[in-house]
Amino acid sequence: MKIRIKFAKEGTMKFIGHLDIMRYFQKVMRKADVHIRYSEGFSPHQIMSFASPLSVGAESRGEYVDIEVLDTDSSAEMLKRINEAMVDGMEALSYKLLPDSAANAMSIVAAADYVVRFREGHEPKDWHVFAAGLEEFLNQKEILVTKKTKKGEREMNIRPMIYALSPVDSKEQAIFMKIATGSAANLKPDAVMQAYKKSLGEELEPFALLITRMEVYANTGSEDAPEFTALEAFGDDIE
Amino acid sequence: MKKLALRDEILLSVQQPARYLGNEMNAVMKDPQKVDIRFAMCFPDVYEIGMSHLGMQILYAMFNQREDVYCERVFSPWTDLDQIMRQEHIPLFALESQDPIKDFDFLGITIQYEMCYTNILQVLDLSGIPFHAEDRTEEDPIVIGGGPCAYNPEPLAPFFDLFYIGEGETQYGPLFNLYKENRKKGGSRVDFLKEAAKLPGIYVPMFYDTAYHEDGTIASFKPNLPGIPETIKKELVLEMDKAPYIEKPVVPFLKVTQDRVVLEIQRGCIRGCRFCQAGNVYRPLREHSLEYLKHYASEMLKNSGHEEISLSSLSSSDYTYLKELVTFLIEEAEGKGINISLPSLRIDAFSLDVMSKVQDVKKSSLTFAPEAGSQRLRDVINKGLTEEVILKGAAEAFHGGWNRVKLYFMLGLPTETREDMEGIALLSEKVAELYYDEVPKEQRNGKVQVVASSSFFVPKPFTPFQWATMCTKEEFLERAYIVKDKFKEMLNRKSLKYNYHEADLTVLEGVLARGDRRVAPVLEEVYKKGAMFDSWGEYFNNDLWMVAFETCGVDMDFYTVRERSLDEVFPWDFIDAGVSKEFLKREWLNAINEKVTPNCRQKCSGCGARVFGGGVCFEDKN
Ligand code: SF4
Repeated sequence: MKIRIKFAKEGTMKFIGHLDIMRYFQKVMRKADVHIRYSEGFSPHQIMSFASPLSVGAESRGEYVDIEVLDTDSSAEMLKRINEAMVDGMEALSYKLLPDSAANAMSIVAAADYVVRFREGHEPKDWHVFAAGLEEFLNQKEILVTKKTKKGEREMNIRPMIYALSPVDSKEQAIFMKIATGSAANLKPDAVMQAYKKSLGEELEPFALLITRMEVYANTGSEDAPEFTALEAFGDDIE
Repeated sequence: MKKLALRDEILLSVQQPARYLGNEMNAVMKDPQKVDIRFAMCFPDVYEIGMSHLGMQILYAMFNQREDVYCERVFSPWTDLDQIMRQEHIPLFALESQDPIKDFDFLGITIQYEMCYTNILQVLDLSGIPFHAEDRTEEDPIVIGGGPCAYNPEPLAPFFDLFYIGEGETQYGPLFNLYKENRKKGGSRVDFLKEAAKLPGIYVPMFYDTAYHEDGTIASFKPNLPGIPETIKKELVLEMDKAPYIEKPVVPFLKVTQDRVVLEIQRGCIRGCRFCQAGNVYRPLREHSLEYLKHYASEMLKNSGHEEISLSSLSSSDYTYLKELVTFLIEEAEGKGINISLPSLRIDAFSLDVMSKVQDVKKSSLTFAPEAGSQRLRDVINKGLTEEVILKGAAEAFHGGWNRVKLYFMLGLPTETREDMEGIALLSEKVAELYYDEVPKEQRNGKVQVVASSSFFVPKPFTPFQWATMCTKEEFLERAYIVKDKFKEMLNRKSLKYNYHEADLTVLEGVLARGDRRVAPVLEEVYKKGAMFDSWGEYFNNDLWMVAFETCGVDMDFYTVRERSLDEVFPWDFIDAGVSKEFLKREWLNAINEKVTPNCRQKCSGCGARVFGGGVCFEDKN
């Protein structure tokens, strides 16, 4: 049985790197007595794969891991057990049964939502001007950034990788963005903010951003007319 | 989100921020306002090393069982953070509450090896605690030292308010109660120390004075206050099953050295190897019952989610119920993806059978620790492992499919001759030859691989070799070259590999292991000049140490290569570790006469540990 777990990674957990999170989850699975499937052989490992690594320093309300289990209790019961085994800052949000034919999360990731805030002392001088400028920035046909590669520097147009960019609402100094994520095209929220800052003639200072990933999607439309479906929507709750 | 001592910017710029966060699975969270005693438990090395230490987890669990105590952890900040903390004047903090160490009632430091001494000073320094106990005020925590190095605490004497000699389970309770009473009475720090000094196992260095003979040896070592005991008897747990163990091990996010459940099956050792400090100071051997171990093994696996369990003891093969325990663990692990690792097992039919069940024979290697290259020298060190036994074990293993063998030796042992040294290569060669003799060509799984490693021998207090002279660095290296050259002559040299350890470090270890109070200023001096993380090759700087000895006018040779007479008073003689000086002397003479001594289960040799009234001394097997 294939199971997809959605989880949050917040607070001090944002400093724990992807590899350590993977090891941590293996322990949680045992501690929560999830009947996960193991590979064969002398050092069996759990059948488990993560959708998309999150940068150290970023928080998330929308991380995903796929596992295979031999049997399972209801989603509610499993969530309860997993969360009892979790540390502060980690929380399982949903536990869904996937169809057997479902592709694994990693292979279908296409986009992610982020909310970006500014760390104290790094806020834009005039938030209203800053927020208002986003629309014009997004209206450009091309947003060129220079990307450092092994072979040197390369110009790249990131505009097609930005699907949405706007202030979250009028109450809070926060920016929402939906951008390309995954193996086909991958954009980081800091790169978007860097490009925007540059267009204003400013520099993005190191450690200026507080980033929270909100959701991860697959593209269930086409390349030209993408339709984004949250990864948890591929499965169903177990009663 | 929990409050952190370090800003995000700092945590995002240092290596492995997880070292400084706490919040691990099973880390204990309490409200510091609601306890009477705050205890910072420190392992003075980097997190990954410290978190691999069993003793610390045992005491952490035990202390936190008390409602009036909150025990938290602290480790040496790695060099990158160390620098930032100094620049920004960030005080060292404990992981759980992230509060400064300076606010704690106690700072307990476990001292596992000599080369961490400069890191003890780092911890005090970053905490803002004066180096010298006598300079501390009522604002400072009481600084306690414990662990194996506390069996010769003298090189560290000025830096500690008190040392706890022996196993931690027994006297911390009374010590905490004393602390609370003293505070209630409005007593001072010194009042507390005076009372603490009367508790069994507690040594308060400032209440003792040493006088020296003209030749530098100790003339007398005496309390300088009335009512302070002359000798300190080590503490130990008599009934192992009555002592609490860990139910919920703290599980690090980082991959630490000991990333598994560790089950301590027994304490002490019956073997009596003459070089081994642990084998002497932890006497007598005391076992846990099978029931106790089963209970804790299941609890710890369940509560930690670890994928591996390992047994801990000095010589696991001597555990009476080993077979039953291993069978239980194999059943327990079935289908749960749990590995079993069995270090320190004698290689025989039983252990090979078990190992073939729990590990991949093709990937694992066999380990033997003959410690010396010839039977003569093995008799000197009382290592009861004969060539015959090694070859028999290896032959059986080769038939079982193993083809990798590791052999551990020491160089620089007392009475060692060229023949003994060359014996290391000869024995390795014999093991390789055996493979080709025993396993027909078509059954071989590639070539045999024999890796021999030698460390340099350091005489330790409370061993029969405490009287031994140590080699100089040049002598050590010369001996290693002799072994290396001999390896080159071997027919199967392509299947053999020989490694030897760093010699500079060994000499320093020798000074610190048998040092006295006059060595302390050197530690302070070398720390001030930048020494830290000396057990880490990339940070160890021998020149700094040499200069510091020079500056302080302390002669290293006095502690290492000097001949000690049988009646010399040693800096650690005021400690009663159970094994008597008479016994050690007898053993030292037996060593020189190449006479072996039977183990505790064959025949009691009256080492002195019987006075504790328990353990193997009272088993009816003698
Ligand atoms: S008194 Fe005898 S049995 Fe007890 S530890 Fe010493 S040698 Fe072993």
